[in-house]
Order: sequence, then structure tokens, then C-alpha cells
Amino acid sequence: MKNKYLITAATLLALPMGSAFADAKFDKMMKDSFQTKGIASIDRLKQDAAQKYCSDPAVLAGKGNPKQAESIQKANMASIKQPADGKYIGDWKAGERVAQSGRGATWSDKADAVNGGGCYNCHQINKAELSYGNIGPSLWNYGKLRGYSKEVVTYTWNRIYNSKAYNVCSNMPRFGHFNLLTEKQMQDVMALLLDPNSPVNQ
Amino acid sequence: MRQHWTRGALFVSSLFVLQACTTPEPPKKAAAPAPAPQAAAAAPAGAPTAEIEKYRAMIADGNPSDLYEMAGEELWKKAMGPKNATLEKCDLGLGPGVVKGVYAVLPKYFKDTNKVQDLESRIVTCMERLQGFDAKEIIAGNFGQGKRKDVEAIVAYVVANSKGSTINVSVKHPKEKEMYELGKKSFFYQAGPMDFSCASCHADPGKRIRLQDLPDLTQQKGAALGWGAWPAYRVSSGTFWTMQYRLNDCYRQQRFPEPIYISDDTIAVSMYMAVTANGGKMAAPGLKR
Repeated sequence: MKNKYLITAATLLALPMGSAFADAKFDKMMKDSFQTKGIASIDRLKQDAAQKYCSDPAVLAGKGNPKQAESIQKANMASIKQPADGKYIGDWKAGERVAQSGRGATWSDKADAVNGGGCYNCHQINKAELSYGNIGPSLWNYGKLRGYSKEVVTYTWNRIYNSKAYNVCSNMPRFGHFNLLTEKQMQDVMALLLDPNSPVNQ
Repeated sequence: MRQHWTRGALFVSSLFVLQACTTPEPPKKAAAPAPAPQAAAAAPAGAPTAEIEKYRAMIADGNPSDLYEMAGEELWKKAMGPKNATLEKCDLGLGPGVVKGVYAVLPKYFKDTNKVQDLESRIVTCMERLQGFDAKEIIAGNFGQGKRKDVEAIVAYVVANSKGSTINVSVKHPKEKEMYELGKKSFFYQAGPMDFSCASCHADPGKRIRLQDLPDLTQQKGAALGWGAWPAYRVSSGTFWTMQYRLNDCYRQQRFPEPIYISDDTIAVSMYMAVTANGGKMAAPGLKR
């Protein structure tokens, strides 16, 4: 009996130690395997809370801790800034250009280059565009289906700004949070989705 | 010239259009039309993906990887470097000089380096130890240039000799098991300004970026397709891409810093993909958009 207890205690102790050891090995491997190139500095390997949480395959399979997920979402929600000029809807034509371009933020891009949103990489948006991805949901008729209420407008802004405020492991990049898009670009993408005159809502 | 063509050759004549400049005389024994890749049947006719498949089938009979393979075979057999030696005694995993089928068992643990190595890191080891080249120079270099260009051609030669082999990568050695686990962890590691990991795009079946299909590399079927088709000739860039090159560009698009050539992470991720692909068939060098 006593032996059994000892073995159990040893196993319990060994497990976290083993995983800490594996973590240290992993961290060293990552540090030794990457190098800064252009604007893509080695610092980009540092994870924030959401990235860390969503790097666990068990979490991605739906076995995460809901309380932890909720607290990370809350922190992301709290960091969202609403547009400084109070305007949410820009120019849908400019928004279409942002949605089409998948450029930006790689080591072959310049620091002052204009980023794209790459929206079509993952979403269907305008029916006229046949080359669209399917990682995200279809956004065709986005405003027509959801309406143009203040709630919908704010929700859409927040989603573009920081999708992880709603779904901690959303695959969508946090365009406002990481300054991938400017406020004006986000307003233009908003128009593409929410201007009743945008081809998306015809 | 046309009167020499058999009916079969006439039938597939369109397939040779792209080869015309390198093929002065069409083969008398007209090859049967290249079998269309499996995916062609899956895509509805007229759909843009079907058009891409048609294009692939059209040029599949003349994969420019052939040229890299021939150059690689020459490099393998040519005495070179400060030690003026060939690579014919290089042990890639199935014994010194064995090329046939070896890519299907890589990456694997090598006793002499006490490391798990992929094909490219192993070739660099052989160039260093047998021929006396400086591995650091190759690692600090660029794709398609200098000695790394030679490595790429040798890769094409070695890989082509595993076409049709069953992928059979071992995790028996503790270091192989460890490399697999590190690779799996890296595959799911989210970071950078877009929060991407390999899994963001490659952990669900049936996903696409624009019109580009994304294999689910966490499942055997997808991994066998993905791992089994690389290295490949990239039509869009007009160059042969090794697995290291493929991973380098994945990380670029992931907005990560640059992976160092043949670094442990690149080998670990390769190990994860290869082990997941076990049981599938090697179809490389492939032909990609």
C-alpha cells in the first residue's frame, strides 16, 4: 500500500517536471531555429495569452478551459478602440481593394508598405469574385442578412479589429489589434460589408 | 515531322506543346496520355480547380524536375570539394550509397551525427564530411544559389528514386519520437501578427485559400498527399522547390521570422508530417502551380 502510494506520488511529480523539460527543449529549438529577416523579427515568436492558449491541439479540439477562454476574450474585447472620428462606414470600393490584397507583414514586405486584408483568402464576399477561400464563413449579403443596426455595426467593427474578443481561437487575424490595417482601411472594409450600395448587399 | 507520328502520338500531340523546344523528335513509341491526377475527377468540369488540374495533367509528362534530377545524378557521382570525393559513399539512411527508396524513410536518426536528419541536412553532412565543404556556408546561403543549388539538384535525384515507395518513417528511436513530438508542437504553435500556425490552414479537411486546396496534414490521408507530393517543381516560380524551401515560404506567409536552413524546427515539422503520412506513397518530385 505504502509502495503504491509512493509510486503514485512519484508519477505525479514526474509528469509536470517532464513537461516542463519538454517545454524548455521546445523553446530552445524555436530560438535556435529562426532568425530575424527584414521586418519579421525573432520577437514575433513570443506568444500572447491567446496565442499560447490556442496552440494546444486539445483546446482546438474543443477541450479547453472555458473560464480561461472567457478571460482572454474579455482582455481582447477591452483593448478594442472604436474609430477616432466616430465613423464606421467608409468607401466600399476602397474596401474591395483592401479585401483583394493579401500583401503585408512578411519578411519580404517593407515596413512602410500598405498592407492588405486578404479577406478573399478565407471568405466569399462579392459574388463577382470566384477565387475565394473557405476557411471563414461566407460574407455574401452580409448587411442584407443582418441588417444595419448599431449593434451589427459595432459587432462587425470589433470582429475586424479583434476577432478573438468573441472567439478566442478564431482563425481570423486581429487587424486592428496588431495594426495590420489602418482605421481608414477598416472603415472601408466595413463599407464593403455594410453599405447598402455595396455589391455585397445587392 | 508529322508523318512519323503514330496515331497515339497525334492524339496526345497537344501534351507535347510545352516540350517542343527540348524535344526535337516526338517519341516513336507514343506514350499513352499521362494519367490524370486523381483530383481531376473530383473537381466539376469547368470549375477553376478543374482547369488547374487539366493544366497539371497537360504538363505532367514533362515535369522540368527531370532536368534537376539529371544534374543531381551527375553531382552525386562527381568528385568535388577540398577532399575531391564523390557522394557515392554517403549514407542517407539505408546504407552507404543507397539512393533507391531512401526518401520514404526520411527523416530518421543517424548514429554518426547523433541527430534526426531530413534529406537536405543529411546531404549537407555528407558534403561536409566526405567532400570537405563548409556546412556553415551552405546554411548561410540562399535557395537556388551556390552550393545550396547543388543540394537541391541532389535532392531531386534522390527523391525521384523513391517514386512509388511506401512512406515508412520510424519513431522507434527515442530521438525520433522526441523530434516527432517537437514537430507536432511546432505545427500547432501560433505566433506573429496574424496569429497563424501551420494548423490554422492545415488541420481541417476540405479547406482552401482562394482556390488553392489545403491538405489536412494532421490526418494520414492529407499528410500522404501533402508530404508525398514534395519536393516539387513550381510552375509559378519556374524553379524546383525542396521541402526546406517549401517550409521557408510557408513560414514567410505565416508572418514568422525566417527558419534557418536545415534547423531543428524544419526537421521536426517534416518529421511530424512524414510520420503522419506513413503508409502513403511517395509521388515526388511533384508538379505544383
